[in-house]
Amino acid sequence: MSQLQNISLPRPTITPVSQPFWESIQAGHLSLQQCDKCEQWIFYPREHCPHCFHDSLTWKKASGRGRLKTWSVIHRAGHPAWQEHTPYVVGIVTLEEGPSLLTHILVEETALKHNLKVEMEISEIGPHPLPFFKKQEETK
Amino acid sequence: MASQIQGAITGIGELKPVRYSEGKTTLSLIAESVRLAIQDAGISKEDVDGLLVGPQVGETPQHVPATVSEYLGIDPTMSNTVDLGGATGPGMIWRAAAAIQAGMCETVVCVLANKNEKGETLRSPNRNPIREFDVPFGASGANTSYALIKRQHMEEYGSTQEDFARIAYWHRKNAQLNPDAIFYNKPVEVEDIIASPMIADPLHLLEIVMPVAGGAAVVVTSAEKAAEGKHKPVYLKGAGEKITHRAVSQAPSIDALPFNYSIPRALDQARTNIEDIDLFSLYDCYTSVVATTLESAGLCKPGEFGDFVKNHSFSHDGDYPLNTHGGQLGFGQADLAGGMSHVVEAVHQLRGEAGNRQIPDARQALVTGNGATLSETTALVLGGER
Repeated sequence: MSQLQNISLPRPTITPVSQPFWESIQAGHLSLQQCDKCEQWIFYPREHCPHCFHDSLTWKKASGRGRLKTWSVIHRAGHPAWQEHTPYVVGIVTLEEGPSLLTHILVEETALKHNLKVEMEISEIGPHPLPFFKKQEETK
Repeated sequence: MASQIQGAITGIGELKPVRYSEGKTTLSLIAESVRLAIQDAGISKEDVDGLLVGPQVGETPQHVPATVSEYLGIDPTMSNTVDLGGATGPGMIWRAAAAIQAGMCETVVCVLANKNEKGETLRSPNRNPIREFDVPFGASGANTSYALIKRQHMEEYGSTQEDFARIAYWHRKNAQLNPDAIFYNKPVEVEDIIASPMIADPLHLLEIVMPVAGGAAVVVTSAEKAAEGKHKPVYLKGAGEKITHRAVSQAPSIDALPFNYSIPRALDQARTNIEDIDLFSLYDCYTSVVATTLESAGLCKPGEFGDFVKNHSFSHDGDYPLNTHGGQLGFGQADLAGGMSHVVEAVHQLRGEAGNRQIPDARQALVTGNGATLSETTALVLGGER
């Protein structure tokens, strides 16, 4: 668990469509939708497949692993509640399943590199757990 | 080949950017910009029968064209809000011409303006996916997104801090010839840019636009009607537009950004090519946007903007005049009007009225607009000859 507790950080605005995503995070794992027709994985959650426009998608457990596509070390935060945590790292992770997501990266600045293997670590910020990513452990 | 679009710009009006608007409303800045543009066109407000405006978030979120029409005292037969972020300005120009070609109106005013108040933090209730999946992770605002694009370019192509800083350097240098620029009399060297505070690593303070208050308006009419105008018309010769994504996490690969479509499309429609462009009036909210735009325009290969900016001059008397008014990085970015500013400078240059920064014999300009994180892109080719 990260050290970020009890601060008024912006929380996710959860919708009925994305509810299963957040429930799976609460339960400790990453779930993504997969299209029943073209079989592509989808992030962020939707009601239609953005690849083939099919309307039947199934929630499935995902690996929670990926590679770091790009990152930024934030010195001046865009939201005031984040300022006291600067410097911190955000980045885009390309998941093994295909989609990419923006997330908080729990990796030391000197260890950051393009295509770094990363894995999800659920971190609690106040009452809402979030899928952050850390360096993949070597044993895996 | 795409059919050619017809239309001409006959009037422009632009407010000198100021850091803070001191109590003015967005509507009053819109009215000031429009008054300047129709005066410049030599027409009265009764001649205006088309209106395109930007979304005025926070102040007039709905019924924007009706609110602006009533405020100005005009009764348009065609109106619309254009919502393309920084691409809104150029995006309005072809929409105006298309509405005229469709017979809905004859003379369109396109206007963008904004106030900027001290200490103001407008945050609107928002349920879009970015609010759910980016903001809670500590990624709010454009600085983070453009830093991610810059880092990706550096990692994939080996571009350097100096390569990017050189872009900001040229903008500030060009601004020294424009007394209206927010950074007039404030030149910087490449080293100053690299030494400026790191905002979102690898992005420095001096690679980011200065938010200002201001406005800009442009009058568009048919090519036929433009011939009766006060000034030499500036013709719309080609337009291209492309949207690929919204959130930076969903962006296509860095060598397939949407300018790769919109710029060639505008050149193709204008039946011209990049070598025949005399002014590059390119949207420049961050250095990384200019870098990738130069690559998308085919001026250099993907990943090679660094050598390009090292080996050419972007001054008005250089081999590739670029943002001769200073661009947003030197002139200032009055919110969405920062995109219209690039249209206004192209008109000044093509009319031959750019004074001490006039490009000799400027005939054709490429104007670009960019919204969100290289998400919404528009390109125009403007020319002094029909």
